[in-house]
Amino acid sequence: MQIGLFIPCLVDQFFPQAGLAVARILKRLGHSVEYPAEQTCCGQPAFNAGVRSEAAALAKRFIQVFDRFEAVVAPSGSCVAMVRNFYPELLDLAPHSSFITRVFEFSEFLVDRLNVTDLGATFNERVTYHDSCHLLRELRVREQPRQLLRAVKGLDFVELNDGPTCCGFGGVFSVKFPEVSTVMGEDKVAAIERTGARYVVASDCGCLMHIGGLLTRRDSKVRPIHLAELLGGAP
Amino acid sequence: MSTVAQVFKETARRMTHDLRHRSWIQNALGKYYVGRDEKKARFQNWQEARQAAAEIKWDAVNHLDKYLEQFVSKIEARGTKVFWASTGQQACDYIVGVAKKHRVRSIVKSKAMTGEEIHLAQALEKSGVEVVETDLGEYIVQLREEAPYHIVFPAMHLTRHEISDLFNKKLGSAPTDSPEELTMIARRTLRKKYCAADMGISGANFAIAETGMISLTTNEGNGRLSTSLPRIHVALIGIEKVLPTLDDLALFLPMLATAGAAQAVSCYNTFIAGPRQEREPDGPDEFHVVLLDNGRTRLLADAEQRDTLHCIRCGGCLNVCPIYKNIGGHSYATTYMGPIGSVLTPHMRGLTEWKHLSFASSLCGACTEACPVKIDLHHHLLQNRRNAIRCKSPWWEKLIFQGFVTLMNHPLLYRLGVKLGWFGQKFHGLVKGTKLDPVYAWTQSRELPPLARNSFKDYWRRKQS
Ligand code: SF4
Repeated sequence: MQIGLFIPCLVDQFFPQAGLAVARILKRLGHSVEYPAEQTCCGQPAFNAGVRSEAAALAKRFIQVFDRFEAVVAPSGSCVAMVRNFYPELLDLAPHSSFITRVFEFSEFLVDRLNVTDLGATFNERVTYHDSCHLLRELRVREQPRQLLRAVKGLDFVELNDGPTCCGFGGVFSVKFPEVSTVMGEDKVAAIERTGARYVVASDCGCLMHIGGLLTRRDSKVRPIHLAELLGGAP
Repeated sequence: MSTVAQVFKETARRMTHDLRHRSWIQNALGKYYVGRDEKKARFQNWQEARQAAAEIKWDAVNHLDKYLEQFVSKIEARGTKVFWASTGQQACDYIVGVAKKHRVRSIVKSKAMTGEEIHLAQALEKSGVEVVETDLGEYIVQLREEAPYHIVFPAMHLTRHEISDLFNKKLGSAPTDSPEELTMIARRTLRKKYCAADMGISGANFAIAETGMISLTTNEGNGRLSTSLPRIHVALIGIEKVLPTLDDLALFLPMLATAGAAQAVSCYNTFIAGPRQEREPDGPDEFHVVLLDNGRTRLLADAEQRDTLHCIRCGGCLNVCPIYKNIGGHSYATTYMGPIGSVLTPHMRGLTEWKHLSFASSLCGACTEACPVKIDLHHHLLQNRRNAIRCKSPWWEKLIFQGFVTLMNHPLLYRLGVKLGWFGQKFHGLVKGTKLDPVYAWTQSRELPPLARNSFKDYWRRKQS
């Protein structure tokens, strides 16, 4: 399959390894993966701030760049939710327009589209999984990442017993209301530490950046890791 | 920033430091989650029940004119006096007028958020009438002279100890730690008030068009006493409370109890269809229904946000909201707090002054998922944000986003920006965590991961060449 890779800004700048892992995994499964260099942003930050005309400009560009692919895959539930759930409203598109139905979040693409759950990975650690809100509640992707994690050899999977509740990132919210955002994150980190896991996995780099920032600040031994990076192993 | 917004931010910030408060609320809600999930499991299918409820509400709200007329004609036929109030002021004036006409000196009131919304108790007190809240939680916050903390649990922020102190100070009762004893203290005081009251005020959880009756739900029986002992009963009802048929309650009563209080069904469900009829032994001589608009028809006219009128005021969205849990109900300074409050308040009190509530959300969607009548709460927050920008947004915010879009639409500029960021980062350590830090809002409490030496784009380009 001709796959276009969308690498959101946070992955590009802070977690490039996660993006590389996605490319590696998809190639290993026999697909052709292309990263169109002219891609920029899906428009979510502007949309969430209420600045819709600016968001629409970016959304149009996004479609132009990715329209030629059979499938578009992104290691971010949040950006895919932006395309799937908000582009129709923003650009007056049909929710089942052929473009929108071709855009996938990484884990749902593997499990639902490619029917792959076992990537042959090994990871000898205890791991917990944080449900990113947009992946869970906008895209309704819950089981797919768990299925992928459970298939990893040596991996000891423990559920986070917290709701699931938001980690407090929320984009601009994290700096507009830093104290509220931080205590939400602290509740999350406490729940993570209660599991005794060494790694907390998530599918969105916003959450990983927030949870990771709090873990580092409190010198925690727990490490944040993107699902793709865990599954993709070392290059 | 408006002052309301500043006060909100400041209070919210202060509340996040109140560890005792946070753990108290989270503890209470932890128990609620367990109970709610048990009760949800008693529905054959909770998701289908939500869908059915949303459809019934959709029908009711989209044919509000028809159902309201039906409700009114039925309930008037039994001698009820109906008053249509466009504004809160009109509703207050009417009720004060009824009280004056009948020389009412004291009123017992069962819980009604509509009353809070229009400051009814204050209006009545100003005219010289005593108003006593009879719901235990409401009674407690009334004694404390503060607003309800939650739309269903007005005093959930208080410990037994605090309540005992309050009763001791205000009612002269002996200190006690027993919830039963505390309830008895309140009950002894309130029973006397019921007997002496000339008027009872209630809200309504539902108004049934088919039969022309109101449905009132309480857990303490105070609704029944307040509405049947005094010689006059006034029910203040938002026009959106109407449901088409009596059968609809078979779904809505357990749903309200489940989402609102983690109960299968509330203890007392009362239907009132008029004043005391001939040959009936009890009930009030006069029954007034005040139908309150107060901005609701404006929402009705807004196709995009009309579904906010589905709200049954169960409080379920507050209970799951991570913001509400951490900042508490009083920080909002609104009648309706939590997610539904953040959606409704800008409509009721003005977007410019209250838009900050739409931004005080991580858009996690827990509220939408919890709402029994499927109101798209967090998407409404996004629409409020859009409206706020449309009607009035600070120029610098527009500039930032125009800059952002320009950057994003020009890959070269974007790369340049990133390189500058990477360069600047080397010196970040000098100011990190101080007020000079450009990203202080983040770094005051969290580490910022370093920008990767090579971005994904760099890696990819190298691999291709
Ligand atoms: S918005 Fe929904 S969850 Fe919130 S109070 Fe209303 S009905 Fe309940």
